[in-house]
Amino acid sequence: MEIKILIKDLNVESSETKILKNVNLSIYKNSILGIMGPAGSGKSTLISVINRMVDFEEDLKISGEVLIDDENMLGDNVDTVVLRRRIGTVFAVPIPLPRSIYENIVYGPKLKGITKKTILNNIVEDSLKKAFLWDEVKDRLHTSALKLSGGQQQRLCLARALALQPEIILLDEPCSGLDPISTAKIEEALNELKKDYTIVLVSNNTKQIARATDYTAFFYFGEVIEFDITEKLFTNPKKKETEDYIQGKFG
Amino acid sequence: MKIDQRFTDKFVKISLNFQAYFTVGILLIIVFIIFLKGIKHFNLEFLLTFPEDMGRHGGIFPSIVGTILLVLLSLLIATPLGVGTAIFLTEYTRETKFTKIIRFGVESLAGIPSIIYGLFGFIFFVIKLKMGWSLLAGALTLTIMILPTIIRTSEEAIKAVPKNFRMVSYSLGATKWETTTKVVIPSAAPGILTGIMLSVGRAMGETAAVIFTMGSSLRLPTSLFDSGRTMAVHFYILAREGISMEKAYATALVLVLSILCINILAYYYMHKVMTRYS
Repeated sequence: MEIKILIKDLNVESSETKILKNVNLSIYKNSILGIMGPAGSGKSTLISVINRMVDFEEDLKISGEVLIDDENMLGDNVDTVVLRRRIGTVFAVPIPLPRSIYENIVYGPKLKGITKKTILNNIVEDSLKKAFLWDEVKDRLHTSALKLSGGQQQRLCLARALALQPEIILLDEPCSGLDPISTAKIEEALNELKKDYTIVLVSNNTKQIARATDYTAFFYFGEVIEFDITEKLFTNPKKKETEDYIQGKFG
Repeated sequence: MKIDQRFTDKFVKISLNFQAYFTVGILLIIVFIIFLKGIKHFNLEFLLTFPEDMGRHGGIFPSIVGTILLVLLSLLIATPLGVGTAIFLTEYTRETKFTKIIRFGVESLAGIPSIIYGLFGFIFFVIKLKMGWSLLAGALTLTIMILPTIIRTSEEAIKAVPKNFRMVSYSLGATKWETTTKVVIPSAAPGILTGIMLSVGRAMGETAAVIFTMGSSLRLPTSLFDSGRTMAVHFYILAREGISMEKAYATALVLVLSILCINILAYYYMHKVMTRYS
C-alpha cells in the first residue's frame, strides 16, 4: 500500500497542556482511516494540523513532520492556499455559506480562477453526484443552501470540498448532528469516494468507525494508543484501553 | 405584600407597548406639523427654481443640489475609510494596546459636539489649507464627523459574522482578503448599511459644522471649491433671521421627506438582501 500522508513525531502543545504527544501515523492512499477517541483526545487538532487550519489558533507550539507525498507540509514556506486546495475538509456542523447551492459549490473553483460557465456547471453536477445529493437538488440549484435539511447541508459541504478536486478528504465528526439515514448516505458516498481519494474520518461513534473505515487509529489523551486494520482492531484489540473504549466502558 | 406575578407581567407588557407607541407618536407629530406648515409652499416649482430676495421668494434648487453633493462627497470619502478601519480592527489585527487606543479615539470622536468639528474644519481646511468656504472643506469636515458612526457600526456588523464562515472559506483555498471581500463583507452588508444610513441622516441635518466650513452662499455650487447652502442651513437662516417661516417649513418638509425616502429605500434593500437566502 502506498502511503499518502505520513505523520512523524508530531507534538502539539498549548500553554496549558500537550494536545498531541509524539504522534506517528501512516495514512494509506485510497483508503479510509478512522480516528476515534474520547473528547479531548486530540482528534480534531490532528485534522487541523494536516490542513493547516491550526494556523488560526493562537499560541500553539507544533513540532514534527506531516509529509504529503513525501513533502513536509508544516514548514513556513508552504503555500497554505495551495495545500488547502489539495485537501477537502468537512466540519462537524454543516456550514453552508449564505448563498445558493450552486454558488456554494463554485466558491472554491472560482477562486482557483475557473470562470467558464460550462466547466463550472460540470463541476457542480459532478460534485453533487459524488456526494449523493444531485437527485435531490438538481431542480433547485439556485435556491438557498440554507433551505436544505441538515443531512443535505452536510452532503453539500462534502460536494463543495470535492469541487476543488482534492487528493485528500478530511471529515471531522461529519455525522455528529445527523440522523441514521443521512449518516448512511454519507458513509455510502465515502465508500465510493475512496477509489479516487484518501480519506480521514474522525468520529466518536465507534460503530461508524467499524462500519465505514479500512484502518483505525485510537487516540487517548493525545497519544495513538493503537493503530491497525479496522477489522483486526475491533475483533482483537491489543491494548486494554482500546478494548474498554470499543465496549463503551468509557467515552 | 407580594405582587401577583401575572399582574407584573401584564403591567410590564402594557407599559412597554405604551413606550414604543409614544416614541413613534412623537415622530409622527413632528412630521405632521412640518407637513402641515410646509405643504403650502411645497410644489415642483419650489424644488426647481432659484431663491429670490434672500429666500423670501422662489425655490431652493441650489440648496437641494448643495445638500446632495455635500452628503455624497462625505460618504464617498467616509465609507471606504470607515469600513476599511473596521476591517483592519476586526480581521487584520489582534486585540492589542494599539487597537484599544484606536477604539478609544473613535469613541471620543463620536461624542464631540458638531460645532467643534465646524470650528476645527474652519481653522484647518478653510484657513490653513486655504480651501475657503467650500464644498470640499464641508465634505471633509462632515467626513470626520460621521466616521466614528461608520466605524463602530461596521465593526459590530463584521464581528457578528460567524467565525465558521471564515473557516469554510479558508478551507476552500481562499486568502484572507478573498474571505473578507467575498464572505465577511457581504454577510455584514446590512449592518454596515445601517451605519451609513445613520450617517446620511446626520450629515443632511447638520447645520453648525456646515455653516463654518461650506458657508451659506445661495449660488449653485458647480465645483469643489464653491461655497453653497444646504437645506438644513437654509432652513436655519430663514427661521433665525425671520426671512420667511413659510419657506423655512417648506424647506424642512423637503429635508424630512428626503431622509424618510432614503431610509425606506435602504430598509427595502436590506430586507431584500437579508431574506434572499433564509
